[in-house]
Amino acid sequence: MKGLPLLSLLLWMCAVYFVGIYLFVGGFLLVRLEVNRTSTCRDALQPGEEPGDFCRGRPRFRRAVLLIIDALKMDFARFDPNNTTPRPYENKLPVLEETVSAKPSHSRLYPFRADPPTTTMQRIKGFTTGSLPTFVDVGNNFASSAILEDNLIHQLGQVGKRVVFMGDDTWENLFPKKFYRSLPFPSFNVKDLHTVDNGILQHLYTTMVGDEWDVLVAHFLGVDHCGHRFGPDHPAMADKLTQMDGVIRSVINRLQNDTLLVVMGDHGMTDTGDHGGESQKETDAAIFIYSPSPMFPGPPSQGEPDVVPQTDLVPTLALLLGTPIPYSSVGQVLLPLFPPHGQKQAAAGSLSQQEALWINAKQVNRFLETYSSMAKDIPPESLAQLKDQFSRVSSEYLSTVAEGRSPSSELTASLRAYLTSVRDTCRVTWARFNPFKMAAGLCILMFACLMCFFLSELSLVLLRESGMAPVVVALAAGVFTAGGQLLAQGYVEVAWCLASAALSTEVLFLWKAHRSRTAVAKNGSNAPKWASLLTPSYLLTPPLLVPLLRCASLLSDSYVIAEGRVVTFLVLSLALYVPIHLNWDGLLLPPSHDPLKAAGLLPSSALSPSVVRKESSTLLACLGVLVGSLYLSLSFHGCREEQGSCQPSPFLSPLSRLQNSQMKNLHYILSVFSLGLWTSLLRRCLRHYGNLNSSGATVFAARWILPLLSVCLGLHWAVSATPEDSFRNLAELISLAQLALPRAAFCLLGLGLFLIWLDPLTVFMKARASASARGSSLPPPRYRASTGISPQAELRHLIPQIYQQMRRSLDDGELSGGNEVDNRPAVEAYGLGTVYSAPLLLFCGLLGLGLLLLHPEGMALSFLLLLLEMGALLHIHASSTNLSSLHGAPPGGFNVPWTPVVLWSLAATQFFHATGHLPTFPSIQWGAAFVGFPDGHTGTILPASLVTLNTFASQILFAVACPLLLFWPLVCEVRGSRSGRACGDEGEDAVMEIRLRESPQQFSSALLQLSARYLFIQGAQVFASVCAAAILRRHLMVWKVFAPKLMFEASAFLVSSVSLLIGVTLVLRVDVAVSRWFKRLVPDASR
Amino acid sequence: MWDHEIRSMASSHAIVAASVFMATVVPAVLVPGFSVYGTHLLWLYSVSAAVTGVSVAVSWLLGLTPPTKKHTLGYKLSRLFRSCLYFFLSCLFFHVVLVLYGAPLIESAVETFSLAVLLTSLTSLRCLCVLGPNVQAWIRVFSRHGAMSIWDTCLQITVACTLVGAWLGAFPIPLDWDRPWQVWPVSCSLGAMIGYLTGLVVAPAWIHYHRKQLTYKSK
Ligand SMILES: [Zn+2]
Ligand SMILES: [Zn+2]
Repeated sequence: MKGLPLLSLLLWMCAVYFVGIYLFVGGFLLVRLEVNRTSTCRDALQPGEEPGDFCRGRPRFRRAVLLIIDALKMDFARFDPNNTTPRPYENKLPVLEETVSAKPSHSRLYPFRADPPTTTMQRIKGFTTGSLPTFVDVGNNFASSAILEDNLIHQLGQVGKRVVFMGDDTWENLFPKKFYRSLPFPSFNVKDLHTVDNGILQHLYTTMVGDEWDVLVAHFLGVDHCGHRFGPDHPAMADKLTQMDGVIRSVINRLQNDTLLVVMGDHGMTDTGDHGGESQKETDAAIFIYSPSPMFPGPPSQGEPDVVPQTDLVPTLALLLGTPIPYSSVGQVLLPLFPPHGQKQAAAGSLSQQEALWINAKQVNRFLETYSSMAKDIPPESLAQLKDQFSRVSSEYLSTVAEGRSPSSELTASLRAYLTSVRDTCRVTWARFNPFKMAAGLCILMFACLMCFFLSELSLVLLRESGMAPVVVALAAGVFTAGGQLLAQGYVEVAWCLASAALSTEVLFLWKAHRSRTAVAKNGSNAPKWASLLTPSYLLTPPLLVPLLRCASLLSDSYVIAEGRVVTFLVLSLALYVPIHLNWDGLLLPPSHDPLKAAGLLPSSALSPSVVRKESSTLLACLGVLVGSLYLSLSFHGCREEQGSCQPSPFLSPLSRLQNSQMKNLHYILSVFSLGLWTSLLRRCLRHYGNLNSSGATVFAARWILPLLSVCLGLHWAVSATPEDSFRNLAELISLAQLALPRAAFCLLGLGLFLIWLDPLTVFMKARASASARGSSLPPPRYRASTGISPQAELRHLIPQIYQQMRRSLDDGELSGGNEVDNRPAVEAYGLGTVYSAPLLLFCGLLGLGLLLLHPEGMALSFLLLLLEMGALLHIHASSTNLSSLHGAPPGGFNVPWTPVVLWSLAATQFFHATGHLPTFPSIQWGAAFVGFPDGHTGTILPASLVTLNTFASQILFAVACPLLLFWPLVCEVRGSRSGRACGDEGEDAVMEIRLRESPQQFSSALLQLSARYLFIQGAQVFASVCAAAILRRHLMVWKVFAPKLMFEASAFLVSSVSLLIGVTLVLRVDVAVSRWFKRLVPDASR
Repeated sequence: MWDHEIRSMASSHAIVAASVFMATVVPAVLVPGFSVYGTHLLWLYSVSAAVTGVSVAVSWLLGLTPPTKKHTLGYKLSRLFRSCLYFFLSCLFFHVVLVLYGAPLIESAVETFSLAVLLTSLTSLRCLCVLGPNVQAWIRVFSRHGAMSIWDTCLQITVACTLVGAWLGAFPIPLDWDRPWQVWPVSCSLGAMIGYLTGLVVAPAWIHYHRKQLTYKSK
């Protein structure tokens, strides 16, 4: 069989998918490293002064009130007296304009520009850290959403300010335990316009009047929710804004002279009331600054900014309140709020414009140095330029201060220019979607799905004529793009080279597929027609409709949230479709009572009603098992925070957390029971097909390593569940066991997998020399006669005869045992019929135990269900194949139809949920990283791979086991059905998997088809979630639902394609071993 | 070929559809506060009862029930008893299937069972009327060559439409729209009802347009 072309085709297919995912993710997911350092009071030194404490000076303002009105767009804040017919959202906040015009030296109103992503959580991070938060801020912990970067709230706490918070409970998650007092209100229900706002209003004024605060943060959500629910152009918005107007008025009336008031929006909204993207309607919020004591020289002058970037709030507030600027801030102080040099006003202790700018520039420069030493995503040439700029400015400033001159306005301008260019550099790196990359990724993924589909339909043709052309074309296109980029820009961006390479091979492939299809059609063979593949009647059959529904479900946030149940529903529907479809075709029941059919249409020998009835009942029983395990698997689900009334499965928490010792014992016994069942089921299956008789390495693994591994697992659970205080004197032993047992299990697993790889044959040969005892119908082979022929030709003649013997011996030796003493065949080979599937099955069994080790103990039950469901699916597939071949349906080679493949891949997703996983970051089971490493790790690769193995355990198992779908119908074949047609007279032979060796061409094409189908379904899911993220990037839930879903789906695809390749490679390895075995056998037998 | 039969089928379907309509309208007049969502179970049972009664009456009038071999009263009684048993078993079967599909096990068992009753009266009852209490025949009918008269074909179409309708009715449940018809089992029973009515309309039409292709073996 053609192993190498098959593998390379699959690899190439996966590579194209990977490129597509890489491109899209590179354009969509903005990634930034978090700097884990904090500023201290000693950092913000002024030049020439003694190294002292910055924070000890008296700040400009003692207290501040921060009113955040979520989604307060600039359009809402403006007031136009000439507008006689205002829309519902216009002219509803007159207080801002009134104050600005009545007290120009007390207040300002500016547009306040947010950076994408314009979602509330990212924005809160933005205006507390002063940085540009992206979707993935790679920090120390994914698990909680708490901000670890240096931020304003932390700094305020450090200098002893009492921060009181009320409003949107996102803050409480971001800053747990950072507030002096906190009054969070649930923000989740978008339809609820009033809970948060009314909650704040109950406490706001009483808190303000009291003296128990220094900084008051109040985050109103009503305007935003009103936008999401009704849109801005709705009377409810008018009511909400009018209410806010009243709130601002009352707050202004209660302010004292040493207090600063900031009213601001975190982002804007589109005309439909959504936000998240980067259009100006979403980014332009409003900021209103007010102080009861004058702080501006007069009405707005020429030098004032038109727009205030959101990053600028942090350094401004920090310096006004007398705290250091947070470490990672890239903002610039708002100059109008600081008096010009030499013009020190009444408020003593306030910094002058130049001083503030200098402190700011020093802090930004320090951050830039730290960041560029950690991450390499800022282009080096712009870094060098910035460094240069800073050294020039700083030497100028220092010399000015040293000489005691007052700084010139040019110096101010160049300090500002430096800060602006740093911020712009960071913004280009972090805060911009790349629509071209996103589009290219989408395109490549779409074509890759098409490619997979055609590859699965035309596998036989395409495998025959695979060549090096795609690789050459890809290389050429990649190099060409690289050259073009070098000429045009001077540097190479790898992503685009990959993109052009992938696109060109895809186009080449589709063109070749089209040509070969037409060539085949001309030859008149019955290859599937190109057009017929894409007609609705082919695509809308239930087996393809179900994956289509699954992909469509990824486009709705509700369905993604309920994904576990949705997938179970779909699996159940498709599973029920199998018997219904069989019955519709009249295959489920023996047609004995139909005299017309029995008489003429069918060869009666192929059809005995009892066989049909037995197969049907097997099928229905397996369906029962499948449905049962589907239903039970629902009780192992975890809970998303969006699912309100949901209880996570009790099996998800590790045993050591259970308090009730009786429950603990019960859970432990259940887990060990299912562990034992897993092991014994596997061994039973192997023994049943005679694979446990030989003395090879694989059989050793099955006999010893498998049970030993499960014993290790059971002991490990017992040890880790023991309460620490109950066996004090054994503490050392326990901690040693906690270290040693899992590691021993890992070693056993590695050893077992290695042994299977090394010697995958499980065939036991029993040769009998007595020629007389051979089957009578078989003429004694005359090997010696063919002396003149070359060894090659001899082999060609010999192997079929060995096959005949094998078949005969298999039939008798395995099942009828030693009954026929007289008529014993010459060679008995045990386990030859399952020579391919046995190692694969064992491989999966061992791997499953290894993956179970990384899960909480209770998941053993779920893994058992997984095994049962796998078996049920395989048997359903085998029985339905048998039923159709029993009724004389034309055998389609070894092709696996769509239905079992779809069921298989949906079951992988289903058990992703049923092993307690969810496509959200907080639900990742970090405990897996510490199995066998209770003291933590030094590197990151090992824990990361352990967590990956834990998260995608079900995808790995199903993908590795995928080739079993090809073998199982052969393993379970009914005697006299297929072989009766294939081999003429010798009808009763059970050849099982050896049949695959008789037509290697069909074997490899079927394997390719199966893998391509599996990849197609997985790839289509990735494509759908990519589409969801691209289309719905303005959606309220994009960073909560769709983007995490995309990352999980993409990683699942990566993992399962790699596992699929491992499974296919194992099959090829077995094939090589079987060939070698036959070669070795021939000289033996001929002697 | 079977113009007469098709016509009688169409009129019987019209009667059944009218009974569904009446079962919705009459309680609305009689019972204060009746609405399809609000008092869903009431609607469900009134429709089920109406469909059951009318279907049985129509099939009896048309003489659809397969001829019995014996005409003794005891045999008829046992047949009636078996039909009732089948009806009940079918309710249980649908209930189990609904639970397996994800219906809450304990919480709203009454609602689930009511939906099972509705599904039974829309599907199994028709099978009972046309084929009698004979599961083998039921299974046989749902195969490509299993229909032996246009009534069997009609049965195939209406049952498939009803079940597909109920299946599709589950789709809006997870959506976060907070509509009254998303509550279990309203959307499913509405889906089943709409599917059933569609089936009633489609079946005679389909048979009418395909009457050239349809061939039946003699009974
Ligand atoms: Zn917001
Ligand atoms: Zn919002």
